[in-house]
Amino acid sequence: MRHTISVLVENKFGVLSRISGLFSGRGYNIESLTVGETIDPQISIMTIVTTGDDQIIEQITKQLNKLIDVIKVTDMTELDHVEREMVLVKVSPKQEDKAEVLRLAEIFRGRIVDSGPTTYTLEITGDEKKIEAFIELVKPYGIKEFARTGKVAISREGVKKK
Amino acid sequence: MKLSGAEIFIECLKREKVDTIFGYPGGVVLNIFDLLYDNKEIRLILTRHEQGAVHAADGYARASGKPGVVLVTSGPGATNTVTGIANAYMDSTPLVVFSGQVPTPLIGNDAFQEADIVGITRPCTKYNFLVKDVSELARIVREAFYIATTGRPGPVLIDLPKDVTSGKADFMWPEKVHMRSYNPKYEGNRWMITQAAHEIAKAKKAVILAGGGVIHSGGHKELKELAEHTHIPVTMTLMGLGGFPGTHSLSLGMLGMHGTYYANMAIQNSDLIIAIGARFDDRVTGKVDTFAPHAKIIHVDIDPTSIRKNVRVDVPIVGDVKLVLRDMLKILKETGKAQWGEIRKSWLKQIDSWKKERPLVYYKDDFVIKPQFVVEKIYEITRGDAIITTEVGQNQMWAAQFFKFDRPRTLLSSGGLGTMGYGFPAAIGAQIAFPDKLVIDIAGDGSIQMNIQELATAVINKLPVKVAILNNQYLGMVRQWQELFFRERYSYSHLDISPDFVKVAEAYGAVGFRATKPSEVEPVIKEAIKIKKAVFMDFRVYWKEKVYPMVPAGAAIDQMIFEEEEKKPEKKLKAVK
Repeated sequence: MRHTISVLVENKFGVLSRISGLFSGRGYNIESLTVGETIDPQISIMTIVTTGDDQIIEQITKQLNKLIDVIKVTDMTELDHVEREMVLVKVSPKQEDKAEVLRLAEIFRGRIVDSGPTTYTLEITGDEKKIEAFIELVKPYGIKEFARTGKVAISREGVKKK
Repeated sequence: MKLSGAEIFIECLKREKVDTIFGYPGGVVLNIFDLLYDNKEIRLILTRHEQGAVHAADGYARASGKPGVVLVTSGPGATNTVTGIANAYMDSTPLVVFSGQVPTPLIGNDAFQEADIVGITRPCTKYNFLVKDVSELARIVREAFYIATTGRPGPVLIDLPKDVTSGKADFMWPEKVHMRSYNPKYEGNRWMITQAAHEIAKAKKAVILAGGGVIHSGGHKELKELAEHTHIPVTMTLMGLGGFPGTHSLSLGMLGMHGTYYANMAIQNSDLIIAIGARFDDRVTGKVDTFAPHAKIIHVDIDPTSIRKNVRVDVPIVGDVKLVLRDMLKILKETGKAQWGEIRKSWLKQIDSWKKERPLVYYKDDFVIKPQFVVEKIYEITRGDAIITTEVGQNQMWAAQFFKFDRPRTLLSSGGLGTMGYGFPAAIGAQIAFPDKLVIDIAGDGSIQMNIQELATAVINKLPVKVAILNNQYLGMVRQWQELFFRERYSYSHLDISPDFVKVAEAYGAVGFRATKPSEVEPVIKEAIKIKKAVFMDFRVYWKEKVYPMVPAGAAIDQMIFEEEEKKPEKKLKAVK
């Protein structure tokens, strides 16, 4: 099963390689990994999407906790939480398709962040399904470049898990 | 007053009460070596290879319980420590390894003798540091010792750029270490321990499986008390030997691939396994799916990742072995039955019949030295009062089987990584920790050649380390597998011409003896022990001897092969090239 794991770490050099080394060294799979500072600049937050059965996920969270630089590990999948990722897509539609591409962007509440003589760069934010759906729809019009952030996640307040 | 980085280094070691370090000099650590030159409080043992330095520090640490400290130079000095570090990591030995590094402005420039040792050792250290600023040095050394020696112990590496050792800073020693991301847990969960006590009270066929954690935590007394109070037999992993007296009537000896028949049978037929500071290595479990099919498992370990990593666990207890056992005993004594002996009677009787059915045996010979005979004689002559180190392979298994370890920290052996060449430098380290104890490395002719250069270290430091070379002219364990599973195709396991170990010993200024007949074994051992010098004993042993019993790789641990079929050495042996 797929899990989204949120990891608070000391913001030191080498931390990312400790985490990624743990995954590669033990044969765990990383689907996506994002890192950013928290409001405390000494602490970073990583969001890791990984897959595995219960035993593997248990090992992953334990192994992450065992790393000296890791402060806290939360398996978001067990909590009610919000996930988002962002994608920047540079499309080069034919003249006659331009309107359709813009309409798609609008439907997905995307924004146009750049435009060139033959291209639009669109920014879409949402959960994974939304991003995937948008990419599928826009693909036929010609995707020239593509950059995706990977997932970030945060727990929801005030709603208890049933 | 400002101190240089090198002075801070020395000051830190003093605060950590380090009086002995193992190492090898080189360009970028000369600032430190210059201070060590006339330092009276810290002695550096100059080994002849950096790997030897780390193994020696490891042996020192395992024998004494204190952290081992290593100092080497950058580049090749640092990379030569990697095997030693990985070895210590697998067996949870507390080490602090200082490696020199090129000056900070040169890092990343492929400078002379530069290696990214922090990157290289990341997966085989508990933690590692690159010191970028001399003002951080004292705190980092403090943290390194703290990390290495607390929780599940392990090696920590500190990379010291040359300009950090020459740069100056105020010396500020943090008395307390505070790390928000590292807080090892020692006390076990009370509720879980109570659950465990219930299971122990309920079980009819319980076995204790003791590992290296018993020794690390110093919980051997509690373990003995637990076993005796509840009448539960104890089997040990290789790392656990000595954690429970090998001569005790409740001892089943070692389990696993070359474990005793009765230990493996007890595990497979048990209804409860109390695993204490053991991590269910594949050499212990055999085929995991078939491991202890009827048993509930209580698992006590300070490292949560050890629990449920390889086997299912019914009662997990994260905590320090000594403390958990103390609490467990308390509960058992308060609530437990007085009739433990009655309850266990039939189980212990069953185990006794297994012991009688297939004891640990080998077949003596009047003409050829059997390697087990050598180990047995060493045990007899020393009466078990020695620190034994081993190399890796057959020598290691025979030492584990035929020497009875009654006290913790008397067997030093490379368990997890299985490093040939560990035993000899480890013996040197142990001898330095205990100058008056008898230290014997039980070696093979292959393994001893992996760090034979350390004989110089032993001789120069007047260390009376003994090495019993079970010389069969082969990489014995490899040969055994080839004989059993590869149709006797001895591919590159025949060492053909080994050096004359007696002459090698003499060349280094040590003493060498040789025994070619069983009758010479005892006099050689006695003579070697008498001499207060390093001694190589070259025992020419039967080349075809195999370690039995044996669980073939991938089999259940009760599917063992025994020696029966070859009670006598064949007189006409095929010459093998």
